[in-house]
Amino acid sequence: MNSLAEPKKWERFFWPVLATAALFALWHFAVVWTATKVFPSPLDVEKGIAQLLRKNILWMDIADSLRRVAFGFGAAAFLGIPIGLMLGWYPAANRVVNPAIQLVRPISPIAWIPVSIIFFGIGDKAAIFLIFLSAFFPILVACVHGVVTVPSIFRRAGMNFGLTPFQILQKVVFPAVVPEIIMGLRIALGIAWLVVVAAEMIAVDSGLGYLVIDSRNSGKRYDLVVAAMLMIGAIGLALDLVFRRLGKLKSVRWGFRDAS
Amino acid sequence: MGVVTTPPAIGTKLSVDHVHVVFKRDGKTISVLEDINLEVRSGEFICIVGPSGCGKSTLLNTMAGFLAPTSGSVNIDGEAVRGPDPRRILVFQERGVFPWLTVEENIGFGLFRLPRAERDQRIARYVELVRLQGFEKAYPSDLSGGMRQRVQVARALAVNPDVLFLDEPFGALDSITRLLMRGELLRIWEAERNTVIFVTHDIDEAVQLADRVVVMSSRPARIDRVTTIDIPHPRNISSPRYLELRDAIYEQIGLAYTL
Repeated sequence: MNSLAEPKKWERFFWPVLATAALFALWHFAVVWTATKVFPSPLDVEKGIAQLLRKNILWMDIADSLRRVAFGFGAAAFLGIPIGLMLGWYPAANRVVNPAIQLVRPISPIAWIPVSIIFFGIGDKAAIFLIFLSAFFPILVACVHGVVTVPSIFRRAGMNFGLTPFQILQKVVFPAVVPEIIMGLRIALGIAWLVVVAAEMIAVDSGLGYLVIDSRNSGKRYDLVVAAMLMIGAIGLALDLVFRRLGKLKSVRWGFRDAS
Repeated sequence: MGVVTTPPAIGTKLSVDHVHVVFKRDGKTISVLEDINLEVRSGEFICIVGPSGCGKSTLLNTMAGFLAPTSGSVNIDGEAVRGPDPRRILVFQERGVFPWLTVEENIGFGLFRLPRAERDQRIARYVELVRLQGFEKAYPSDLSGGMRQRVQVARALAVNPDVLFLDEPFGALDSITRLLMRGELLRIWEAERNTVIFVTHDIDEAVQLADRVVVMSSRPARIDRVTTIDIPHPRNISSPRYLELRDAIYEQIGLAYTL
């Protein structure tokens, strides 16, 4: 296949599906050939998923994980976007707080687990706090960067047409930054979904992360461990697709010229 | 320093009086504009030409109020320019249209104070003037470079400015589109009769468009000379008079007209 040629419609679905099927086949035969007693085959995992669904555990765990991400990520967006826009708009303020932000930002949310348990105890709040931390900084940084890099030509055009500084922020800078905000939210949601699993292994007793660790601890049910892992992957993909869709909206598409 | 403002001559729209612009960079001071004086009549089409980086854009930005002169003053209708103003709009070389707005939203951008019906009417009028009917709902990323510049010109004209500043507006277009756009601009100018100050590094473009061509020297930029183009529109660009005027400017800039 020539890489310059536009793939045909059926090809765009056929090859990825084939590749995924091949991966599952490889997994299946690897289990069969090595005759392992511990690691489950795809069929075992499928049975595991069915069992979890029957007992309604899976839906509850998915709902709990999504709820935690929704609160943590929602709070991060609710605070991160306005604060980021402000810091980008007032470079003097940004210069004051930026060093502190850059110091806190590289700390893995995992390292915050003990601190969050001191703050909030074992439970939902601790997990939500960790997700908030993990999502807040990517959103903040994307917004600041977006505002700072708005081409001066746009601001000057806004000034020329007699807009007040607030109107320039509202009608010029904000729409100019929306693609970058969407990009920041997409990255933040990806990280939040990674972190919720880790947080649920330690701070709470429900959710997909808890399902993974609990399935292992209570009877080494690796079929359920892998089933939970696959669910985590599938939901993470679905969440990412939502944000990829947002990037295709006409009023923001210009900002994603060469992104997927 | 005390600047004596003399009352404007009859018909003078814009006057530049002893404008100096000095930039400070890395502790060095660079004189960009040196004692610029210019009077532009109402409804006149002025082209400013000069070598790249000579300071023509700086002069334009100073006239448009985006840059305060280090000394001297710019007056429009006898009033000192203190900042950008919707009565005089600057058209940028490229990427000046807002990519998140459609063609009609871009053209209506400066009309936010008008009631809706009037705004829609004006938008329709300027869409037609720049011949973009059928593209009202298109986004700039779906348009060609020439069409984007039409949107920018329409957006500027829609607020009914007295003065239109254009900063190499066709500089990023291919030569055929550039030629077509010049014709379009003249057609629009004859309909609207704004005062136009047009910066270009293309001498042919200047002689084809302008009533007067202002030739600037390299840094620090001074006005070398002002040539009146006394050929009525539409101009025959192979007439002896056209070639004579054009070649005189080439010579002025120090380009022997042979390659």
